[in-house]
Amino acid sequence: MTTSSNSAPRELISFQIGDQEFCVDIMSVREIRGWTPATPLPRTPVFVRGVINLRGAVLPIVDLGSRLGLQMTEPTERHVIIVTRIEEQLVGLLVDAVCDIITVQDDQIQSTPDVASELVQQFVKGILSMEGRMISLIYLERVLPDREAEAA
Amino acid sequence: MDPLEAIKVTFFQECEEQLSELESGLLAMEQGETDSETVNAVFRAVHSIKGGAGAFSLEPLVRFAHVFETTLDDVRGGKLAPDNNVVKVMLRAADVLADHVRAARDGGVVEEARSQALAAALEALNGEAPLGGLVSDELDDMPGLEFTPQTVSDDDGFGDDFGFTPLAAGVIALEPEGPALRTWTLRLRPQNALYAKANETGLLLRELKRLGDIQVSIDRSELPGLADLEPEQAYLAWTIALTTDRSRDEIQDIFEFVDGDCDLVISAEDFMAAPLETSDAGLDAPFDVMALIQQAQADVQATAAPAAITEVLAAPAPVSASAPVSGPAPVSGPATGTPVAAVSVPSAPPAPTPMAATAAGVAPDAAHGAAAQQATIRVDLDRVDRLIDLVGELVINQAMLAQRVTESGVPRSSNIAMGLDDLEHLTREIQDSVMAIRAQPVKSVFQRMPRLVREVAAMTGKQVRLVTEGEGTEVDKTVIERLTDPITHMIRNAIDHGLERPEVRVAAGKGPEGTVRLSAAHRSGRIVIEVSDDGKGIDRPRVRQIAIDKGLIEVDSNLSDEDVDNLIFMPGFSTASSVSDISGRGVGMDVVKRSIQGLGGRIAITSRPGQGSTFTLSLPLTLAVLDGMVVSVCDHTLVAPLTAIIESLQPKAQDVRAIGPDAYVIAIRDSYTPLIDVGAMLGYRTTPLDPTKGVALLVEGEGGARAALMVDAIQGQRQVVIKSLEANYRQVEGIAAATILGDGRVALILDVDNVVAARRREKARSDAKLAAAG
Repeated sequence: MTTSSNSAPRELISFQIGDQEFCVDIMSVREIRGWTPATPLPRTPVFVRGVINLRGAVLPIVDLGSRLGLQMTEPTERHVIIVTRIEEQLVGLLVDAVCDIITVQDDQIQSTPDVASELVQQFVKGILSMEGRMISLIYLERVLPDREAEAA
Repeated sequence: MDPLEAIKVTFFQECEEQLSELESGLLAMEQGETDSETVNAVFRAVHSIKGGAGAFSLEPLVRFAHVFETTLDDVRGGKLAPDNNVVKVMLRAADVLADHVRAARDGGVVEEARSQALAAALEALNGEAPLGGLVSDELDDMPGLEFTPQTVSDDDGFGDDFGFTPLAAGVIALEPEGPALRTWTLRLRPQNALYAKANETGLLLRELKRLGDIQVSIDRSELPGLADLEPEQAYLAWTIALTTDRSRDEIQDIFEFVDGDCDLVISAEDFMAAPLETSDAGLDAPFDVMALIQQAQADVQATAAPAAITEVLAAPAPVSASAPVSGPAPVSGPATGTPVAAVSVPSAPPAPTPMAATAAGVAPDAAHGAAAQQATIRVDLDRVDRLIDLVGELVINQAMLAQRVTESGVPRSSNIAMGLDDLEHLTREIQDSVMAIRAQPVKSVFQRMPRLVREVAAMTGKQVRLVTEGEGTEVDKTVIERLTDPITHMIRNAIDHGLERPEVRVAAGKGPEGTVRLSAAHRSGRIVIEVSDDGKGIDRPRVRQIAIDKGLIEVDSNLSDEDVDNLIFMPGFSTASSVSDISGRGVGMDVVKRSIQGLGGRIAITSRPGQGSTFTLSLPLTLAVLDGMVVSVCDHTLVAPLTAIIESLQPKAQDVRAIGPDAYVIAIRDSYTPLIDVGAMLGYRTTPLDPTKGVALLVEGEGGARAALMVDAIQGQRQVVIKSLEANYRQVEGIAAATILGDGRVALILDVDNVVAARRREKARSDAKLAAAG
């Protein structure tokens, strides 16, 4: 899914969940920090792990693996929270590890293959191939539950 | 936003300030403070609004303000005594003026009939013929005072014609000349500061013109050549011959705003009276015209300079066009057809400099208001909020640091621990100071009430006096904003339901005029607002009957007087037998109570039959922090707002009764209150907590519904900084907000209303209704 013919390179941050690699646009990443225990919120979907204190702001943590229908993450100190800005909100994405910063042209991003499941279709904007690795570009706007409802 | 719009926004902000100045001034006059300072403040407020409105061509507003101003001017001049009737009309006029301002701002229209009626009332006070026509005449005169560059034709040599534009329009006397005419000579030399403050000589001249017949001459002797001209320097001076019956003070008053920014000499020179009697005597100048012309010719460069100023300041682009005129033979300049300013010696138009100010859209009089203000600044609220957030973080950070240092076993007497103590003091002080930025006096809310009282009194035919106290009491801006509606409603209620009609009052041995008292005070870290009236008090038998009729209580309910009084807070209760326009808008005191509780406040009522009722509101000073009870629920830490908690107790086994398969009630002093297991409700646990092993918090939710919330343990009481969950996530049912505790973890604040209501929704039971009534 190429969005424009603009050839300006984009920088993406890639990260790992289980044995799969994903990425988000670096412009939407505010910071990367280690896991700290979250305060669970009542009556929320399982993939919302709760909220943490980000220097005074209350930051919801989304277990991205769980969100994508992979396994629930058992967070340890080695796990990483990628703080992203999604529209006007800050959201922390719980992932296993951050891998790399990659620079790509828009035309390197391929559309999501049809074979993928509905869940993947929903959250993966496109895929790209880097040195033999397949990296899925995450549809950030659909990660939070209420945004999912809006999109539906 | 385009600059003019931005200035307009500022103008309207200043209008609001002027309007409140106006109202407080008028109220002070009503109380008998009719000293010149108060009257002048009132006059200045209207005058400033008019001036600013004129700059934006807000005609209806200018028109009305003008009539108002004229009346005020009479009061100021001692022609009209500000007795009670006059002030009452003026208060109503202030309301209409406020409506005009708002209409101009929001694009609405003011009811023409109302506006005209008041304008007429004002004019009647004035004792003058209706001014309507004159007002518009005067508005139309405005262009006559403006500075119009004129083209001097080729054969129109400079020597025989200066392109005089006698200000014919400007010298027609508006008012019939009185018998005691006197001619004053005013010498006015503005300094740079006058123009810098966006004042305009033209407007001053216009004001002078209102006093009588004027002849104006300009002194350009200090005007340098174009090359030496400083664009922001004031070079011009005026000599004004004013024929008027007014006193020197009245003339002096016109220059009130520019006092200190200009050199002004006012002298009485009667020998000038004769040539001034005909208004078209502009060219037969009272001065030695030839001398002036010679002077002008001598200063050859100066002849061209006025044109240059106009061009430079009003339209920067064509500067080059007028550049040649500053050459050595300037007389040829006009002959080339270059636009040249009308250089009229005896009767000069205002200087170009102020024109530029007007062209830039500066509201000349609005600037006065700003200048007269104390040293205050307008700050974007977002910036203040950001600062408050940061300080909140600082406080949390400091608490975390202190906790870590304590945990690390550093002795209390060590330098680190002592330094941390200092840091704690500092952070508290910073927090208090920052909170004080947002704090504002409740005056802004209280000020709206006199108008409301006047309107409601007029509608109900009652005589009401509003007494306000403690207007200076400060509280957070957010609280203030949300106080207006409840207070409005309570005052409406007090007049509509509380106070009796004058004849009833007299029959009851009271004065015909009822009193509504609105007061604010700080009490133990909260603000307490009281609305009381000296009316008939709550009619308890009637309240009780209504409650029975509406099925709110049982016929045989045994209720104390206090219980009956509190019935008026129940949803769906309204004592007005017919839905009146004033208080019966389908909302009742329950709405007031709910909005007060929404602010973390409480409301109470006391009433004595025949003597009146008092509503007491107690509110937190800020919505940024909250007094909370920190509790544990299944290893989670939660905060319950202290305002909602009535008491906490340790349930005994025999007090807890099961109702149905999975519901429990607890007996508290003979009334059964539903028991809510917070842990189970929030999904923290699946097996319910044994009530005897926990603590029950008796809380009161929306509509007075009570419930006992079961928690595992109470950790303590603490003031917490409120953090929104919606900012980065969304609303969570049962949770009002979040906070950050000393250990840096997020704790959730319980939404007591929601928890109680959720329970009620699940199990609507009649006993809950009974409990609510109690």
